Amino acid sequence: MKIRREVEVFLRTVLGRAYPRLIGLQREKSWLFFDILLPLLQVSAFVFVYQAIEAPPEFTGFVVLGGAMTAYWLNVLWSMASQLYWEKETGNLALYIMAPTSRMAILLGMALGGIVATTFRAAAVILAGSLIFQVTFAVARVPELLGVFLLTLIALYGMGMLFSSLFLLFGREAWHLSNLLQEPIFLLSGFYFPVKSLGFWVALSASIIPITLGLDALRQLLFPGLLPLGFLAVEYELGILAFLSVLFVWLAHGALRHMEDLARREGRLTVRGQ
Amino acid sequence: MTVDQQPEIAVRTEQLRRIYKAKRREGAQREIVALDGVNLEIKRGELFGLLGPNGAGKTTLIKILTTLLAPTSGRAWVAGIDVTENPWEVRRHINMVSGGESSGYGLLTVEENLWMFAQFYGMDSKTARQRIRALLEVVGLADRAKTKIYHLSTGMRQKMNFARGFLTDPEILFLDEPTLGLDVQTARVLRAFIKQWVQERSDKTILLTTHYMQEADELCDRVAIIDQGKILACDTPANLKKRLQRASIFRLQVSALEDPDSLFADLEGISQFAHVERNGHTELHFILEDEHSLMDILGAIQRSAGHLISLEKREPTLEDVFVSLVGHGLSEEAP
Repeated sequence: MKIRREVEVFLRTVLGRAYPRLIGLQREKSWLFFDILLPLLQVSAFVFVYQAIEAPPEFTGFVVLGGAMTAYWLNVLWSMASQLYWEKETGNLALYIMAPTSRMAILLGMALGGIVATTFRAAAVILAGSLIFQVTFAVARVPELLGVFLLTLIALYGMGMLFSSLFLLFGREAWHLSNLLQEPIFLLSGFYFPVKSLGFWVALSASIIPITLGLDALRQLLFPGLLPLGFLAVEYELGILAFLSVLFVWLAHGALRHMEDLARREGRLTVRGQ
Repeated sequence: MTVDQQPEIAVRTEQLRRIYKAKRREGAQREIVALDGVNLEIKRGELFGLLGPNGAGKTTLIKILTTLLAPTSGRAWVAGIDVTENPWEVRRHINMVSGGESSGYGLLTVEENLWMFAQFYGMDSKTARQRIRALLEVVGLADRAKTKIYHLSTGMRQKMNFARGFLTDPEILFLDEPTLGLDVQTARVLRAFIKQWVQERSDKTILLTTHYMQEADELCDRVAIIDQGKILACDTPANLKKRLQRASIFRLQVSALEDPDSLFADLEGISQFAHVERNGHTELHFILEDEHSLMDILGAIQRSAGHLISLEKREPTLEDVFVSLVGHGLSEEAP
């Protein structure tokens, strides 16, 4: 009975915290401009570069996919990692901590709401990019494609949950760290070029960011013509993504508990304007 | 936990101490004692007030009791559960409302925000919506249920937060300056609701911190006066006021005085003295050990070329008790 009640509270918390993000999609229409048009402009720049050097047409799809996936990375940085800093500033964090619910459920709600909302944005970028630049995708290995996509999101948002708990202690530093992580990851994860070209060791190191392998595997599956540009075999990438998913969620759980205790001792849970 | 199983003492603290470490410019650390050996016992069903000036330690105490802050030493129990050892369990029994709180999400309506917070307590949507409707009626926000909260005024937002605190029907509710910044009418409505809520539910306990003496006097069964992290007195408002029954309390309004502190410094028989500048006049508050000292005070005013505008002798209030214990007043009136 007690376990059933705990599960119910957990699920309701996930739903409750996901709700603002889901409803935001409908109520805050500015995303149609900022999250579709602006990424498309960036994608266009790379498309024109590839077209100017007469790269194979698959490169256009390659870039459109990378452009769409930037939405997830930005969402993880700004709406997961540094989110608890904003929650602290508004006073929500104190109410989350004081509620008899799992912190992981709060983070999971944030993540699920973020995933759904960002998927709409990413899908819109892919749709618009495909129509404008006439991209064709070879959707053949559907189960693997879905597996890679889901594991990439689980690992990526698991990492977001881990960052979120680590940033529980930080004030404005969280904001600066997110800024610091944004552009370098665009480069290291190969958002607009094959990550293999960075060299094996750099690409391997960059693989700690789940989007690196996720993007590489998605490209291999959707553009078989560019298979030689793939970093690792898709099966390996799937395995590593599965490992990263478990690792990040597990680390996030431990870090959240540890950081909450530390923040309570240091009195940082409710300090504003840090 | 059923009503019968609930402990008779809702909140207890034992030598509770909290020290904050603040960094100085030169890098050295400075210690600030926010709570200094606080011992308190609040009975189940009590509406207990905590009175103190800014920085007295009221909010620190509430933060510890609501599991948001760990004490440096000492122990605290809420609903019979140790807040340090088992914060998770404590959270099932409590809720809190803070004055000036800006929680919630601007994109959501009042109703949606409250529903969201209810979900964190595992409340089913039907019950949540029924309670939300009832509470919004009480706080006078029913017509704003569908308004996004970024359109609300500060006062309206505070009303919503107030409703959030009561929404989960907690066993022990912490109200940290709940009427802060509210207009007179709203503050009265909320105070009436607080009183009614605790009277109708004998098993519910409220710990209220406030700046407003009248609020504490009107609402609380017992009041503790806290200053510089220490509890200076703890009793019913009536008993606290009885402490000053033998003293004479005067309020004088005089033409502007240049230096009231030094003017009365050498006079005997004054146990407490405070002054406020108001509308170009000086308002003097005295607690006198002996009524005859009034003649010396009037003499001093005359010598300083001041003119007496009004003189009032009155019964002791909670504010007088506060002044006699802390040494200065709060000089704020409840809305």
